[in-house]
Amino acid sequence: MPSAERAGPLPAAPVPDRGLVPDLVRALKDSGSVGLGAFPIGVAFGVLVVHSGLEWWWASVFSSLIFAGSLEFLFLGLVLAAAPLASIAVTAFLVNCRHVFYALSFPLHRVRGRLRKGYSTFALTDEAYAVTAGEAARSFSSRRILWLQGFVHLYWAGGATTGALLGSVVPAQVTGLDFAVTALFTVLAIDAFRDRRDIPTPLLALACVLVGRFAFPDQMLPVAFTLFTAGLLARHAWTRRGSTHA
Amino acid sequence: MPDTGYLIAAVAVAVAVTWALRALPFAALAPLRSSPLIAYLGAVMPVGVMVILTGYTLRAFDPQAPDRAGPTVLALACTVALHLWRRNVLLSIFGGTAVHVALASTLFAH
Repeated sequence: MPSAERAGPLPAAPVPDRGLVPDLVRALKDSGSVGLGAFPIGVAFGVLVVHSGLEWWWASVFSSLIFAGSLEFLFLGLVLAAAPLASIAVTAFLVNCRHVFYALSFPLHRVRGRLRKGYSTFALTDEAYAVTAGEAARSFSSRRILWLQGFVHLYWAGGATTGALLGSVVPAQVTGLDFAVTALFTVLAIDAFRDRRDIPTPLLALACVLVGRFAFPDQMLPVAFTLFTAGLLARHAWTRRGSTHA
Repeated sequence: MPDTGYLIAAVAVAVAVTWALRALPFAALAPLRSSPLIAYLGAVMPVGVMVILTGYTLRAFDPQAPDRAGPTVLALACTVALHLWRRNVLLSIFGGTAVHVALASTLFAH
């Protein structure tokens, strides 16, 4: 595991050049695969915004400020039904509760400066998490992380704006664009699996989400996450006990 | 149509909750970062989190309603197959979504 925590010059370090341009190029590459997936989802969201009767620029406002894709699809439904602000707060809390766990592995300690750290937490999306959750990201520079997040932000808000502007051209009979979110999470799951090839964890997650869906349909997400975390804790305790006895 | 004041308040609420959930745990979890348990959770969680979120987006899936379930199953199969084949995130998302939109808007339209 690389222990190059300091930014000091390490002669044969894997990331020798910390210049602006190389960092930008790296950030663009990092954001390219996973982050660009945010663009079609943004387009889908933008189309839905104008098809629901709102002005096109609300799509830009929602996507650049809330910047949490899966929440925004739900948020749109809530504001169209004029839901109370308390319901919006509760929904935002439940849908984004998972972000609490992202603090465990997101390399925020690499980001320098208060404002930058502030933006970095603001833009800590599923995509940013997925790209930086691996071991390699422990050595990312501050600038590389920030630009990566900025690019994803741009793809998402740009996609939503594009979709909203195109939305009036797309006939209302065209449905099913919201599948883009499902496709994104499916692809991220496959990539995360390829990283570790650990079969019990996705099976445990699948069991938890099915329990949440059928036993607690109204609290599906928090129930699934709580069960999943509890399951992982139990498994960790079990393997540790096993290894000390072996 | 919701009025502008309400929409602004709604956005502010969603932003405040989302940002708080993303930022506050760093302060709370900072002392735990070096523990082996946290390292373990950080390593194994991503795949499970994504599986749960996929399941969550499919919560309205109902095999009794073939006009809705059909496109979902076929598009999901396409997404997975495309991703196993080409490993290109963008292509997999575009491909899967295109199949879903095409099926849901034509063959399986209400």
